[in-house]
Amino acid sequence: MHHLLLFNIIDQIRALGWGGAFTLLRNGIVLGSLYSLIALGYTMVYGILKLLNFAHGDVFMIGTFMGYGVLIAFGGALAPTIPFIPLILLMFAVSMAGSGVVGVGIERFAYRPLRNAPRIAPLISALGVAFFLENSAQLLTNSAHELYNGYALGGKNGNFGPLLNPVFTIDQVPVTVIMVIVVLTAIALMAALVLIVYRTKLGKAMRATSFDREAASMMGIDTDRVISMTFFIGSVLAGAAGVMYGLYIGDAYFFIGFLFGLKAFTAAVVGGIGSLPGAMLGGVLIGVVEAFATGYAGGQWSEIVVFGILILFLLVRPTGLLGSPAIQKV
Amino acid sequence: MSDASDTPGVPEPPPEPEAPEAEPGSRIGIDSWVAEADQRRARGRGPLGLAAWGWESAPDSTKLLAFVAIAASLPFWLLKSEGDLFNFGLFTLIFVGLGLGLQVVVGLAGLLDLGYVAFYGIGAYAYALLSSGYYGHHWPAEATLPIAMGAAVIPAAILGFAARRLLGDYLAIVTLFFAQAFLVFTNVTNPTLFGKGITGGANGIPNLDPLTFFGYKLTSTKQLYFFTLGTVVVVAAAIYLANQSRIGRAWRASREDPLAAEVMSIPVNRLKILAFIFGSAVAGLLGAIYAAVSTAAVSTNFNIGVLIILYAIVILGGFGSIAGVFVGAIVINVSFEFLEPQTDYPSFKRWLFYGLIIFVIARLKPWYRAAVILAGTVGFGFAVHAVVAAMAGHAWTTGKPISGAGWLTHWVVIPRLNHGNFDNFLYIGLVLAVMLVASLKGWWRTIALAPTLYLTALVWENVLVTSPGVTALILFGVMLIVLMAIRPQGLLGTSRVEIV
Repeated sequence: MHHLLLFNIIDQIRALGWGGAFTLLRNGIVLGSLYSLIALGYTMVYGILKLLNFAHGDVFMIGTFMGYGVLIAFGGALAPTIPFIPLILLMFAVSMAGSGVVGVGIERFAYRPLRNAPRIAPLISALGVAFFLENSAQLLTNSAHELYNGYALGGKNGNFGPLLNPVFTIDQVPVTVIMVIVVLTAIALMAALVLIVYRTKLGKAMRATSFDREAASMMGIDTDRVISMTFFIGSVLAGAAGVMYGLYIGDAYFFIGFLFGLKAFTAAVVGGIGSLPGAMLGGVLIGVVEAFATGYAGGQWSEIVVFGILILFLLVRPTGLLGSPAIQKV
Repeated sequence: MSDASDTPGVPEPPPEPEAPEAEPGSRIGIDSWVAEADQRRARGRGPLGLAAWGWESAPDSTKLLAFVAIAASLPFWLLKSEGDLFNFGLFTLIFVGLGLGLQVVVGLAGLLDLGYVAFYGIGAYAYALLSSGYYGHHWPAEATLPIAMGAAVIPAAILGFAARRLLGDYLAIVTLFFAQAFLVFTNVTNPTLFGKGITGGANGIPNLDPLTFFGYKLTSTKQLYFFTLGTVVVVAAAIYLANQSRIGRAWRASREDPLAAEVMSIPVNRLKILAFIFGSAVAGLLGAIYAAVSTAAVSTNFNIGVLIILYAIVILGGFGSIAGVFVGAIVINVSFEFLEPQTDYPSFKRWLFYGLIIFVIARLKPWYRAAVILAGTVGFGFAVHAVVAAMAGHAWTTGKPISGAGWLTHWVVIPRLNHGNFDNFLYIGLVLAVMLVASLKGWWRTIALAPTLYLTALVWENVLVTSPGVTALILFGVMLIVLMAIRPQGLLGTSRVEIV
């Protein structure tokens, strides 16, 4: 075994071959869809308030626990009391609605009093909210990893259910039902978001508020309500990502909000913070990079690779892939 | 503004019977600033006002000397036992030092540095690698402390230089990621060097040498305490002098308005990097001292929780206030130790707790409001106790409060056995209730206060007396939120006035 990381990586690339590469690409795209959904919440809030909402990852974490709560309330994945398709839909509904309410509550209590405060105050408040949510979840769940056991949904007597059946196979690498569900749900939600933002009155108000809050409020837009709705929509997306995280990756844990959220945040920044297509692109990009780093360099390096990319990216292109350069007007 | 307030015959402030609630956040406009001049200059009456006046008129060097005199005498009367001196004295001083470094970056230069704990950790690991049996180097502290500072400064300089063009928010992102990468690196990655993992992984590096200066070992807690006191005083003096100099003025100018400062030919970027490096050097130094004091370098001591505590210290004391860091560190660390379940004196703590609550209520302005709240709380408690006893059975109400105090058993609901997560839900409920009360106004707030206070007592008897450490951390998180909403400039900070 070589000590140098580079040789290890080359060995790994040779060992895994094309099938391995495709497996990693597949994992990266599925993971990246989740990152994209969460990154959209970061990007929308930044776009409208110029606030880095550090608490958003923890809203996602609460979403995974809400989905888990519904699952347990109906007997758990191993012995569900209702058919599994309505159960999954119910998990989505409760988690999305609940996360949305949490997001609105955070905005109401932590950020609204600070609308006119210096820039640094809401950032610190956001840090406090994130810390509060994370530690509360730790206290309430006794630091337990709550397993979804999503593989058993729809199966008989705890056997594998249809979620893990392959839909199609490329080069002997199966793509399972749950992966297709994750990617398609993410695409559908993003399409809905784009429709809301670019085709509805609310979306128009959101774009106006993000462009110039003061001017928007002079035009008769209730900016507080628009900001609330932004938090609601972003948190709804995070709640959906939470349930899919539980079904695909498998567990709810208080700490995922920070780590997973941080990576989604990277995605938002790499894509260009404030830009919706950028968040989607960045999410998939970060997911793929992380999957390849995990596969070729080992799991212990994957986060450092992701953070390294972020820092390099900010240095070369601070506005991200699709962000517009910040012009300072005086 | 002083002209306006010194002129004789300042018009009487107009009577304001229906004054609207003050707008939170910074006040805008020169008119209100001038109009409130008298209000600002008005001194409180009584001993508190006298103390405030004395504090404000004392020169800064006197304040520092007073702090040193009191702190140096503490081991001889208040903190006599080794454990108390360690927990209350030494750790407060370390927090003061760390808070001072963070104050330079956040308070003076206005940079949101979320990677501060990483530099703290780098200092600790530098000391651990050079002064322990881990790699067999037993270097003396006069060599390792400067090296630890240097080890923290070099990545700070690289990071600061790299992020120099980035707007304020991006620096927060880059530093947060740096902190996280540092944690992952020390905890998980732990690359092998000379046959060993360089950071010791999750176990860290144990068995460090005591601080050794020119062959003289600092082993007892008292020696470490005085050494840390000296270090903190030097750091405070250095930051004070820097703040009074051209650099300090330039820092404040670029914090308030970077664009205007740039136009005034202040090298904003260079000053930001300088502040960043200055803070990191302090963090590295304190990290090495901390490692020597706790004789181990473990990555969990440099996580986001510590960062939150440090921010709580700086914010509680006030942005840009050096004296505030001392106050903040003392308040935070003492309350942190106070909330530790291991410490004793439960009945003393209980009196202090209820005394504090009653004191706060008694200061409410119309006296009948305070009376209503007190009576409401007491009545609400008996009612809840009766309802719970009737509906849920006696197992829920017949628990014993810790250490006697029999009068509480008929008022506070204490389950006899462990009722699952009951107490933790109570705790989170209390936090949410407090935030709700903070957002209500007028009589609604008065009405909501009674159940909240009762909930506070419940939480105190059920959770805080025997709590795990995480409850204290939640408090700090909430404190950040509430303080930002109520008083964004902190206790001793001066509120920012925007003149447009």
